Amino acid sequence: MKCRKCGGSAVLELRRHNAAFCAPDFLEFFRNQVREAIRKYRMFERDEPVLVAVSGGKDSLALWDVLIDEGYRTTGLYLDLGIFDYSVASRARCEAFAATRGVPLLVRRVEDEVGAPVPVIKSVTRRPPCSGCGLSKRYLMNRVALDEGLPVVATGHNLDDEAATLFGSVMHWQTDALPRQSPALPSTHPKLVRRVKPLYRLSERETAAYAFLRRIDYIVEECPFAAGATSIAHKDTLNRMEDASPGAKHNFLFGFLEKARAAFERVEAVTLNECTRCGQVTTGTICAFCKLADQVKRSV
Amino acid sequence: MKVLLRNPRREVEVAGNRRVKDVLRDLDILPETVLVIRGDDLITADQVVADTETIELRPVMSGGVS
Repeated sequence: MKCRKCGGSAVLELRRHNAAFCAPDFLEFFRNQVREAIRKYRMFERDEPVLVAVSGGKDSLALWDVLIDEGYRTTGLYLDLGIFDYSVASRARCEAFAATRGVPLLVRRVEDEVGAPVPVIKSVTRRPPCSGCGLSKRYLMNRVALDEGLPVVATGHNLDDEAATLFGSVMHWQTDALPRQSPALPSTHPKLVRRVKPLYRLSERETAAYAFLRRIDYIVEECPFAAGATSIAHKDTLNRMEDASPGAKHNFLFGFLEKARAAFERVEAVTLNECTRCGQVTTGTICAFCKLADQVKRSV
Repeated sequence: MKVLLRNPRREVEVAGNRRVKDVLRDLDILPETVLVIRGDDLITADQVVADTETIELRPVMSGGVS
């Protein structure tokens, strides 16, 4: 198979683009997709500092790598979930990456903030582990960004993540979730920072290939709590559709963003308050994070 | 050939010189879900892997919802 750009030997075929690339041309293709995402959604300006949420996995480290090479001022944030050896290994990957690239990395432990690590939160709440974990991560990313004076948080969500989330929302017609699904969520309150997903144009196979070709040492093992997660089942379904019809995931997500999302925008504005406990933003009186921490405290 | 798989980590033997796409089909693995690694390189589905070689099929899926 030949590289579409230079005619050399290809290392990766991208069926949805009806193309294959050699390593250097694939890396340039990848960077161009990130540049286009940042430009199209005005994710951040050249001089804005960016908080990059990193997990030690391929997506977030690939994102951090591109942003550093593009000359952005970045700070990494690793949230230690306390998931046994998995968290130890993933934190080590982030620390090693930050040290090699000479960039700052902040580390926060969920246990310090919530009162218990994710495995305990899982058993206390009796909800799927991804639920309490995701809630804690979103809250802490925003709070750390505010504390550090950083106006925007970038996460490594890729095209597959976004298509799977959209699939789940549509399967259950969660119409309140649909307008929130966007590669860039603006700040709608002084205590809410912008959230952006510069990898939304790239599949997870492409982010894995980028990380491999850039020799980034990322954690390949899955989170031990991911087995059985609904999002994995959705990804499986979408990958079968992709195999039968290359471009299916891309068309599903991009079609939604370009043609359908606006139709689900709320007519009435949501009222945002500040949590009476922590001061962070909530639609109620006490935020979901403080309620979770209360629940953990009562049980531990 | 020797084929390395992950999650869980294991090895399987596939007999003969085979194209990558045929190896994936035999193992019921969708091409979209793995990187195919030979040594320090990625290889495409049309490449032939010799019976004496080792390849890694590295899953690309990350799980959970954050």
